[in-house]
Amino acid sequence: MRVKGRVWKIEKDGKLLDDIDTDMIYHNKYLHIVDKKEMRKYAFSNLEGWKDFPNKAREGDIIIVGENFGCGSSRQHAVDCFLALGIKAILAKSFGAIYKRNAINSGLAVIECKDIDKANINTGDKIEINFESGEIIKEGRLVAKAKPMNKIQASIYKAGNLFNYAKLI
Amino acid sequence: MPTIIEKIFEKHTRDRVEVGNTIWLDIDVRTARDFGGAQVVKNLMENYNENYVDDASKTFFTFDCNAPANTIGYANNQQICREFARQNGIRIFDVNRGIGSHVLIEEGIAYPGITAVGTDSHFNILGAIGAFGQGMGDIDIAFVFKTGKIWFEVPPTIKVNFVGMPSMSWTAKDLALLCVKELKGKVLGKAIEFYGEIIDALSLDARITLASMVTEMGGIIGFIPPSKEIIKFCEERTGKSIKPVYAEDAIYEKEIDIDVSNLEPLIALPGNPSNVKRVRDLPSIEINSVFIGSCTNGRYEDMKIAADILKGKKVAENVMLKIVPSTREVWKKMMNGIMKDLFEAGAIISHAGCGGCASGQIGMTGRGEVQVSTSNRNFKGKQGEGDTYLASPATAAASALTGYITEADSI
Repeated sequence: MRVKGRVWKIEKDGKLLDDIDTDMIYHNKYLHIVDKKEMRKYAFSNLEGWKDFPNKAREGDIIIVGENFGCGSSRQHAVDCFLALGIKAILAKSFGAIYKRNAINSGLAVIECKDIDKANINTGDKIEINFESGEIIKEGRLVAKAKPMNKIQASIYKAGNLFNYAKLI
Repeated sequence: MPTIIEKIFEKHTRDRVEVGNTIWLDIDVRTARDFGGAQVVKNLMENYNENYVDDASKTFFTFDCNAPANTIGYANNQQICREFARQNGIRIFDVNRGIGSHVLIEEGIAYPGITAVGTDSHFNILGAIGAFGQGMGDIDIAFVFKTGKIWFEVPPTIKVNFVGMPSMSWTAKDLALLCVKELKGKVLGKAIEFYGEIIDALSLDARITLASMVTEMGGIIGFIPPSKEIIKFCEERTGKSIKPVYAEDAIYEKEIDIDVSNLEPLIALPGNPSNVKRVRDLPSIEINSVFIGSCTNGRYEDMKIAADILKGKKVAENVMLKIVPSTREVWKKMMNGIMKDLFEAGAIISHAGCGGCASGQIGMTGRGEVQVSTSNRNFKGKQGEGDTYLASPATAAASALTGYITEADSI
């Protein structure tokens, strides 16, 4: 299993942002929205410097962030807004625990890579992530090694989401 | 040798229990509350045609956030859960019962060694009786209703040793606040086990207070090995013989010593539960309201601490004192005279539930309002638009009397 896509490094002054919480990803003033398609408009809509992200992102893109991404509340919207935008994977140094569960359960690929900030990857680059090996490839060369998806995460991802997976077991 | 969480997991999985390994975990008690419950029902209805529930006898709804509902949204959500429960033979602890995690302990549904999940981010409170509890989102809870399982990554365990005994007056809340201050950033995504002389002596109510704030410490769960008193309580409530899970010669990721010999009344300043100071180091701060209750400090002992301070006195003229017992059982016990003492001191007393957080029935703070609360979170907006200080029932009651933040010993 692998995805290929264009990269967005969510950074400020050349440093990946840490501790992006669920209110920065998807502010609580939009929690009443139930239509997932509408949620796409509000991805990062409360993150300074990235409020126009929904206009710039394209289907198939990959997001790269720093430590503790998605800390804060348990809101599912903070995952659904990226799915609605067609984001294929989020590569982070680490994730908030509940966010990670919510993303895996919804079929959004969340990949942990401690050294992702040291890899030679820039916004706009095309990279390929192999979920089973954790290899991150740019222009045919290995640029970083992420934590491979564990078996359960991979099974849920393959099934599409946790609900579909439940039908298989 | 395995830690407590590893031992509990070993009895609830066929997978290999090893730190970092993701396993399928059998869940003994599956619950949803009025916050998230309707979404759980929606997930089940949208994704499956029938057989929504793996085992109705292990599945419960507990309404506690907004009890009874004071918004149409909550009222609708509760009704969605009630109808689903009726159709599927699920037991409900309705709006008259109180905080779900506490009710499960009182009812003998939760007891040492079991696994339980709910849509409550403080569900790890069950660590107070040596059980595994975990709060989760509505997808996970719908899945557990349907299958009886969750997937879970086995976390490392940190052993916390409390050293010494305090010489000044203290409560379990002061101990919990000290831990939030000392452990923040050190236990993220990890399980904790608490040990020390101070732990051995803690009552069930005090254990609930400490375990409830592990979420604010950043931990997955904090286990307090059950004492004889806890085992006796759980045996009475379950009608079964209880064999708690203890760790012997366990291998921990790390051990942290916390000196408690200087423990004294502590308080978290508005904005963050980890912004903890000594009450006596604060300048004079005028307050407008006091809330005593929540899953952290809504037990009988908490009410007794407050009543002992307030008995025969009146709260300051400009202070509103709001009291919410955590469960109906606590409420009933308070009818021994405590209720009257609190009422006559000027308190507003609500029926059982969460009360202060998540727009509960006791009301919120307005902009500019300064509140002392015994709950566990004071992030901006959590309990209204005012500023919330987190403190013990003793500090809260003393502050209600004087009208400014006050240590109980100074009055």
